[in-house]
Amino acid sequence: MPTIYIDDNPYEVKEGKNLLDAVLSLGEDLPYFCWHPDLGSVGACRQCAVIQFQDEEDEQGRLVMACMTPASEGTRISIQHPDASQFRENVIEWLMVNHPHDCPVCDEGGECHLQDMTVMSGHNYRDFRFKKRTHRNQDLGPFINHEMNRCIACYRCVRYYRDYAGGGDLQAFAAHDHVYFGRHEDGVLESEFSGNLVEVCPTGVFTDKTLKRHYTRKWDLQSAPSICNHCGLGCNTIAGERYGTLRRILNRYNSSVNGSFLCDRGRFGYEFVNDDARILTPVMKNVETRQFEEVSEDDAVAKIAELTRDKNSVIGIGSPRASLESNFALRTLVGSNRYSSGMSNAETELVNLSRQILNDGPAHSASLKDVEKSDAVLVLGEDLTNTAPMMALAVRQAVRNQPVEKAKQAGIPEWNDNAVRELIQDEKGPLYLATPTNTKLDDVATKTYNAAPQDLARFGFAVAQFLAEESPKVIGLDEDVKSMAKSAADALKNAKRPLVISGTSLLNKSLIQSAANVAWSLCANGKKAEIALTVPEANSMGMSFLEGQGIESAFERAASDDIKTAIILENDLTRRVDSKAWNQFLKNVENIVVIDHLENETTAAADILLPAGTFADSDGTLINNEGRAQRFFQAFEDDSAVQESWRWLQGVLDLGKDTDVSDWYSLDNVFSAMTKSVDTFKGDIVVAPDAKFRINDQKIPRSPYRYSGRTAMKANVDIHVHKPPQDPDSPLSFSMEGYSGKQPSGLTSFFWSPGWNSVQSTNKYKNEVGGELRGGDPGIRLIEPKRNASPKYFTEVPEPFSPREGEWLSIPLHHIFGSEELSAKSFGLSKRAPEPYVALNPSSAEKLGLQMESRVSVKLDGTEHTLPITLHENLPDGVIGLPVGLPDFNGIPLPNWSKISGATE
Amino acid sequence: MFSVLRSIWIVLKHTFRKRETVQYPEEKPDLSPRYRGRIVLSRDPDGGERCVGCYLCAVACPVDCISLQATEDENGRRYPEFFRINFSRCIYCGYCEDACPTYAIQLTPDFEMAEYDRNNLVYEKEDLLISGEGKYPGYHFYKVAGLAIGGKDKGEAQNEEEPVDIHSLMP
Repeated sequence: MPTIYIDDNPYEVKEGKNLLDAVLSLGEDLPYFCWHPDLGSVGACRQCAVIQFQDEEDEQGRLVMACMTPASEGTRISIQHPDASQFRENVIEWLMVNHPHDCPVCDEGGECHLQDMTVMSGHNYRDFRFKKRTHRNQDLGPFINHEMNRCIACYRCVRYYRDYAGGGDLQAFAAHDHVYFGRHEDGVLESEFSGNLVEVCPTGVFTDKTLKRHYTRKWDLQSAPSICNHCGLGCNTIAGERYGTLRRILNRYNSSVNGSFLCDRGRFGYEFVNDDARILTPVMKNVETRQFEEVSEDDAVAKIAELTRDKNSVIGIGSPRASLESNFALRTLVGSNRYSSGMSNAETELVNLSRQILNDGPAHSASLKDVEKSDAVLVLGEDLTNTAPMMALAVRQAVRNQPVEKAKQAGIPEWNDNAVRELIQDEKGPLYLATPTNTKLDDVATKTYNAAPQDLARFGFAVAQFLAEESPKVIGLDEDVKSMAKSAADALKNAKRPLVISGTSLLNKSLIQSAANVAWSLCANGKKAEIALTVPEANSMGMSFLEGQGIESAFERAASDDIKTAIILENDLTRRVDSKAWNQFLKNVENIVVIDHLENETTAAADILLPAGTFADSDGTLINNEGRAQRFFQAFEDDSAVQESWRWLQGVLDLGKDTDVSDWYSLDNVFSAMTKSVDTFKGDIVVAPDAKFRINDQKIPRSPYRYSGRTAMKANVDIHVHKPPQDPDSPLSFSMEGYSGKQPSGLTSFFWSPGWNSVQSTNKYKNEVGGELRGGDPGIRLIEPKRNASPKYFTEVPEPFSPREGEWLSIPLHHIFGSEELSAKSFGLSKRAPEPYVALNPSSAEKLGLQMESRVSVKLDGTEHTLPITLHENLPDGVIGLPVGLPDFNGIPLPNWSKISGATE
Repeated sequence: MFSVLRSIWIVLKHTFRKRETVQYPEEKPDLSPRYRGRIVLSRDPDGGERCVGCYLCAVACPVDCISLQATEDENGRRYPEFFRINFSRCIYCGYCEDACPTYAIQLTPDFEMAEYDRNNLVYEKEDLLISGEGKYPGYHFYKVAGLAIGGKDKGEAQNEEEPVDIHSLMP
């Protein structure tokens, strides 16, 4: 560990860092703009100047840029030196020359890196009296607001958007002080990760357009640490509330999950929480009029308790989008053998298989961080950008690892971003993509293979066969597929940290099995192989821990047994089963009890409907695809009857008196009851600090101490200021009062540090820049591999796909915007969702005599849809793709065989 | 004994001094324009609301008695959707006026706000808005800011150049 001297004080720093990184890791303040922990240094903004001295005798020193100078043994610098601080102040003054007087109307104000750095550098009076340059703005779509006047030309946006996220449609234009960052013309930013520009931009050029519709300053938000519930990855977020509505989602740094970034679905998919279709009061259907009528909370609970008195006549259908606690409460109420996971049979089987592979095999289940660190990647079947977006971003970083290693050998440190990029040019590490059609990752792939799902699985089995003899042979493989499998196998074998990615999105069991075979055969070769399996929803993996049966099985039971009542928990079943089965189920069951937060077709069929909390107004625990249990906390409490689903069920259980639930008054107790009574959870698991956790006898505040308007916001209703709501479930308080130091990791409601109001204050919460949060990253892994287990290879190699005459295999195609139920209801996202379509390859279209603009009718499972076609160059013959989750396709089981013909309209 | 008599004498002497007490309300005190009394929201020279909903007054308020919600009209001009001051909490410190970057919020020399019902001390935007510019005539925030709003395009504010033509190669 080298020792460096800052203003004559010795400090030990980590090997291979630059001075800025080292100084910030030590907790010192030094202004910067173009540097970013995830983007490295380019030395463009000249803001982080310090004086470096030759040795102890040197009193003159020279001005260097801290971000471009390695922190090597014996480096002597001065941050406080008058020349350095004068220089930094002047640089800010130049940057401010063209910066408009916009702060009052700028959404970045109050969390602006430029404001912070201006104050930090001491430039506090503007002397510039001449004309400012101005720019015209662009319309960049529903997510990002553009205000180019404010730009200070740090280039972070294009470095993030192009170099880090692989976007193509944001660029720097013009020259000198005219430089302009935008698209070639107005239009929607194409990248699925464009929302991060809001946090990457140090000032207000790119701001959150969804926040602008209900603008609130950072200091006025009451926030809570949350977990994104729009896919299975479990990214950490911060949910911010004001006046009873959710205002925005921000990234919450967690080095082992999402790091500094979020995808646009996660960031902008929150607005369903404020939707008009929210259920706010318990209602019961009038027996005669079949209309909903409001009932009191007690009456509703008592009625359900009466319906569930005879345990044998009740089934419970849980949900992979509800918390573990809520699902467990339902399971306790109806009994584990009458409890369903709320996923289709096929999905339940695949998720259980995934858990079994991660749990019993020798391959380590990869976190997003592990994905980022891997140096050879094989993707089997997953269109990551659309099914697990942040994993696609991580894979984009992974392909740089091998070339960067070369740069390191050439003596260029990894943080020296421009030099590294100059050296590696377009070189990419091995990434083999086997997907049904082209994906957004194709541009960084070494090789791609597009085929029908079972052929992709055969490819996977072939790769495994090249790595381990014991893995089953694949007979009748094409030569070129075989050679690609060989080269993929070699690349994985030669890598230090090989990674296999697959998942449930194509609903194909063989694919996941083949991925396991590849990862296990790498382990057998002595590699520390990683495997990442994506799951469809936020708590899908948690459902496999609770071991519920699939929906179809539950429906069968409802048909055969003497089932009178069904309790459906936060689940729109009409999205998962076809309308025939659903209608039959409604006929079979007398009473439908639904607990949910948004009106949908399932809630419309309810006899009793209870309002549940969303992720923003309830607490709970989710398990992500990696097997990491993470807690999300309630951001706000309102006056409505909305409460956690498990609280409703606790009320029912309490009246039933079969189970003692008297201590279920807090989330911790429900969680520990679950870990005790469900065998798959082994022993004591601590996901987050419990509700009794205090620092200096104080709770942790949800709002910054500058939170305003406390005595006025409800004064129009009642002049008296009421006591803030109590929170029995967490150590967080609904107030700005409480422990005023930095919140512990996992309880961070907002990142803030004196002098650092922007998201850059995150650095103050880490052990070191780019490292873990102080006190360890939150969340706990519940799945660890059996490293020494000898792999039990799956032996069922599927038959090759053969196109049928007159029939088409329709496979699911996922969309980041639109495929997921809740986010699709959000204002911004709904504008990006595609119109329903049917995808097929051009030669098939030609055979059917279809043009670009043709509409076809698709007969699927007894239903008929008339849709426009979309041509996918690489979709295999005999296969059509249908978008998942769009309203028209609810409940259609895919993959499935369908018939298509030119529409006759 | 002497000291008691002396005290009585001193007190009696005050009977003939000039009175400090004013016969309020018959007689009104003469207050300086800078007196910190009832808070108002003023308007631009062109009659538009000066408040841009920046929340700085709310955050500066030591008793948290100001709350508002910013919104935007179709031309991009920001204004408060609601603006509420709970005068039953206000301590008339004037920090809000200090913090206001647009001269919108101003304290006036009016203190006669007593009410029998505390609820009547909650003033909404309609109660706060005056029709004039108050103490700071002539100031127009949007003429200084770089934001384009209806009636003022980019480059039309004070000390602004014409918008850059990014296709130009001229130095």
